[in-house]
Amino acid sequence: MTVGIKKAARPRKMSFPEGVYLVEIAKALWLTMSHLLRNIVRQEGIRTIEYPEVRREMPPRFRGLHRLMKREDGTPRCTACFCCPTACPAKCITIVAGESPDPRVEKFPVRFDIDMLRCVFCGLCVEACPLDAIRMDTGWFTPPDDSREKLVFTIEMLLEKRG
Amino acid sequence: MTGPLFDLAVVLIRIGVVFSFCMGLVMVFVWAERKGAAYIQDRRGPNRASILGWTAWGMFHPLADAIKFLFKEDFVPDNAHRAYYVIAPMFVIAPVILSVAVIPFGPDVSIFGRRVMLQIADLNMGFLYVLAVSGMTVYGIVLGGWASGSKYPLLGGLRSAAQMLSYEVSMGLSLVGIFMVFESVRLSHIVLEQGELLFGVIPKWGVFVQPIGFILFLTAQYAEANRTPFDLPEGDSELVGGYHTEYGSFKFSMFMMGEYLHMVVSSVIVATLFFGGWQFPYLHDTGFLFPGGFSVSLPEIVVLLMRCGSIFVKSLFFTWMYVWVRWTIPRFRYDQVMRLGWKVLLPLSLANVFVTGLVLLLLER
Amino acid sequence: MEAFLFILFGAIAVGASIMVVTRKHPLASALHLILAMAAVAALFVLRDAHFLAAVQMIVYAGAVVVLFVFVIMLINVPEDRLPVERITLFRFAAVIAAGFLVVEGALVAGRFGMPGGHVAGGGTLEAVGRALFTDYLLAFEITSVLLLAAVIGAITLAKKKI
Repeated sequence: MTVGIKKAARPRKMSFPEGVYLVEIAKALWLTMSHLLRNIVRQEGIRTIEYPEVRREMPPRFRGLHRLMKREDGTPRCTACFCCPTACPAKCITIVAGESPDPRVEKFPVRFDIDMLRCVFCGLCVEACPLDAIRMDTGWFTPPDDSREKLVFTIEMLLEKRG
Repeated sequence: MTGPLFDLAVVLIRIGVVFSFCMGLVMVFVWAERKGAAYIQDRRGPNRASILGWTAWGMFHPLADAIKFLFKEDFVPDNAHRAYYVIAPMFVIAPVILSVAVIPFGPDVSIFGRRVMLQIADLNMGFLYVLAVSGMTVYGIVLGGWASGSKYPLLGGLRSAAQMLSYEVSMGLSLVGIFMVFESVRLSHIVLEQGELLFGVIPKWGVFVQPIGFILFLTAQYAEANRTPFDLPEGDSELVGGYHTEYGSFKFSMFMMGEYLHMVVSSVIVATLFFGGWQFPYLHDTGFLFPGGFSVSLPEIVVLLMRCGSIFVKSLFFTWMYVWVRWTIPRFRYDQVMRLGWKVLLPLSLANVFVTGLVLLLLER
Repeated sequence: MEAFLFILFGAIAVGASIMVVTRKHPLASALHLILAMAAVAALFVLRDAHFLAAVQMIVYAGAVVVLFVFVIMLINVPEDRLPVERITLFRFAAVIAAGFLVVEGALVAGRFGMPGGHVAGGGTLEAVGRALFTDYLLAFEITSVLLLAAVIGAITLAKKKI
């Protein structure tokens, strides 16, 4: 095997007016000044989103925090079929099933906890649900909090959320 | 109201006004820096701190910073040389405040029939005093760097020493031309001279008679103030925080204040030496007198206010210039700084002195 | 007032100078050297030698000592490896003797009168400039040639190949 020499591109040598810097600096100053003036005159031109007051428009398929859907009578749509914890790769969903008072439905979740610190927001639980009882369309990220316990969302919290 | 009491009052008022002017400008400067940087980079900048719901375009942020610094723990690292560590920030701030003393902020005015200079001290050695005093600022940085007892600050201090030394030479030499043209180092005299007209049309400002001197001096001032493109002593990308890495709370804030104060003072000096100080173009003691023979007479108080306002606006422009340049030009490499200082600025300033002397000699003939 | 200031700054200068030779860490010595320089500059101001005072601050305090500090920091000897020198009785006596020598010299010089170094107009910039470029022009030029020689010598020593 022969070892070749590869010529790397060297930076182009500066021409004299460029080497003096002054003209180039003046050009650069003009550029920054034009940005400044434009942003003072037209505040809308600034792309920054002022977060707590203004929220970014989320794309329709964005997977945010989960919510549980309700039937017309207000009971959870979930029947504790355990499809979502089975599908969950992070094992963050805990369901405890109970016998439903409604004769048409066999079971209902007594507990439905999602550990938001473990959740990877993959959306497989939504895919797995046969009843469209869990959705991830709230458009919120995991909120910050000061204890791990507060970030385990219970069934009440999940039912409250709106899409 | 005459006698020594009057003199004392005048001195105290002058010191108070000038000091609070500079300190106030520092506050505004910090705000302008953050907001200006944001707008130049298409961001919004500080806009949260508010008093009773009024944010004043983020103007309260420097205030909030100051309060935060005041209430932080005053920490001294274990490795630090304690006494020197404490002295260093003072070394940065004191010389800068001292050097404001010789800057004239307006023409002589008469109050109660007495002539009063709008200048704290009209020294015979004039600008040499500024050079002598501002040379001391380097010790604050060097001392801070060494006394922190840590590697990065030491490197920052080292760089600062070398850089200040290199640029002080060309800073002094670049002004020799100005002193030759106006035949004085006394700042009040230099400003008076700049009230004349060149060829009967343009004001005889330093920048018109010494354009190269102006560029050299401005560059050297940026290097002296440790300001981007010459902010290697701080060099956050390679030295963490440079000489003030180990500093916190109000000591750090004093370093900051010293740095900004240095810039404010040097802008006032640039305005004084090269842009006519308090001179307003074509404005004489009695009113405007334009080259075409056209004149507008103004009352004395208006003339005075316009003149004091003139140096204020000029200083504001040059402080803004510091911000503007900072967000335009990236930091030099260390060898580039040294090359620029010794191989470009120094020969150019020497050539400038020579050419100025030659021209003055030929004009005299 | 002037006498008080003279004594004050003189005391600072002497005290700082003593600190320069007695401090253990070289950087502390250098810092006290600055203080001594500044005090001497203040003494110059008291004698109306404003130019000399400014130059003292610019050149000595502002540049020469910065170079010292630069070199000290560049070498940066760790504290525990700094050489220790003790004040022996002999050295103490030598300092006292040197002090006597200075006083004696001053007395002798005072007897014969100082050489005529008086400049019209005192130590202002104009007076010093005029004197330098008229009466003492030759000395001034010779000094500059001497400095040039020193610069060239330094470069030849530092760089083998130019």
